[in-house]
Amino acid sequence: MDLPYRPVALGLLALAFSALVWQRAQAGGSHYFPPVSDPVVVEECGSCHLAFPPSMLPASSWKRMMSELKNHFGDDARVDAATATHISDYLMSNAGDTGGRRYSDKLLRGTSTSKAPLRITELERWVGEHREVPAWEWRHKDVRSKANCLACHSGAERGYYDDD
Amino acid sequence: MKSQAGLLLLIAVPAMASASALAAPREDLLAGYAAQAKQDDPGFAGFSAARGEAFHRRSFGRGKVDTPACTSCHADDPRAAGKTPAGKIIDPVALSASPSRYADPAKVRKWFGRNCKEVLGRACTAQEKGDWLSFMLSQ
Ligand code: HEC
Ligand code: HEC
Ligand code: HEC
Repeated sequence: MDLPYRPVALGLLALAFSALVWQRAQAGGSHYFPPVSDPVVVEECGSCHLAFPPSMLPASSWKRMMSELKNHFGDDARVDAATATHISDYLMSNAGDTGGRRYSDKLLRGTSTSKAPLRITELERWVGEHREVPAWEWRHKDVRSKANCLACHSGAERGYYDDD
Repeated sequence: MKSQAGLLLLIAVPAMASASALAAPREDLLAGYAAQAKQDDPGFAGFSAARGEAFHRRSFGRGKVDTPACTSCHADDPRAAGKTPAGKIIDPVALSASPSRYADPAKVRKWFGRNCKEVLGRACTAQEKGDWLSFMLSQ
């Protein structure tokens, strides 16, 4: 066997380095939140609005929300029991204080998990980041709802919420 | 067996005879609504795409304030895409424009349940559902 040891080792090193840089780029700003990757969650939680990234709320929020789907902001968002368990598992294991912690860091700072907030748009940090958005812009016919992230963040479906 | 029963019903309902060329799940769905409509009203005389069209565009305003009509979210022209109040784009509801629609009865039931409540403030009758669906299948 005549393995080309050096190139392999170098290749691995380069790979590890770019993975590190990539990871820092992703976790660095407060602007990348991995989008929902589970097709069931996309289908059930992404029809009425953007499928919000699980890392934007703590696990306690998702747990509370999933137990109140019959009256979900005035809508009936109920799903069958097996589907609900599947969605809960996904949201809670990727939440901002569990699997998605490194993305949520800034957005959830100052948020008490015991309060289990249901709205991303009422998080202290979210309100702070949007303080400069003028009232007319919220009322604009292409926006209308604060939950319409995509109207202003064109990369929202790919997880990007930076200035654009 | 099940789809044969559906077919019989389709034949029994003159206005729907033309729908017999549709794929089985949609056939069964309409047959189910027809059976229910007949039970609700013995004078039931079939579904009408024209009535479904009027229903689609009518403003009820008895559900949520921001969604008085089906067209508050689905486009006026069912071949065009719609949009929810929170800005999510909805694929067209006309079968010709979205060929995969109405093949999953559980999905249809779920959204009739939600949307009727949001627009009419009550469940839709089997007649209303059958009319609306007939309109969408004809588009
Ligand atoms: C039938 C429609 C519908 C479905 C299905 C639905 N939602 Fe919602 N959701 C709404 C509405 C309406 C609002 C309020 C939007 C607004 O304020 O404009 C909302 C708001 C939210 C918010 C708060 C947004 C904010 O203001 O920060 C979250 C989080 C949320 N939904 C998560 C979910 C999850 C998770 C699911 C899947 C289990 C789901 N939704 C399914 C209709 C729906
Ligand atoms: C009316 C337009 C508008 C809407 C709607 C909107 N945003 Fe923003 N958002 C902005 C602006 C403007 C900023 C501040 C500029 C910037 O840093 O991107 C911002 C900033 C942010 C940031 C901080 C970005 C950073 O780089 O630190 C996050 C995270 C964010 N928004 C998330 C959301 C989410 C999630 C939603 C939907 C629930 C949403 N936004 C809806 C306009 C909007
Ligand atoms: C609040 C917004 C909203 C309103 C109002 C609304 N719909 Fe919907 N409807 C949706 C969404 C969102 C979906 C699911 C997304 C999709 O199927 O593309 C949907 C899906 C459906 C489906 C299931 C389609 C399928 O592929 O199986 C039916 C049936 C339906 N709507 C009927 C109606 C009828 C009838 C009305 C009026 C009484 C109505 N809708 C009003 C938002 C709405």
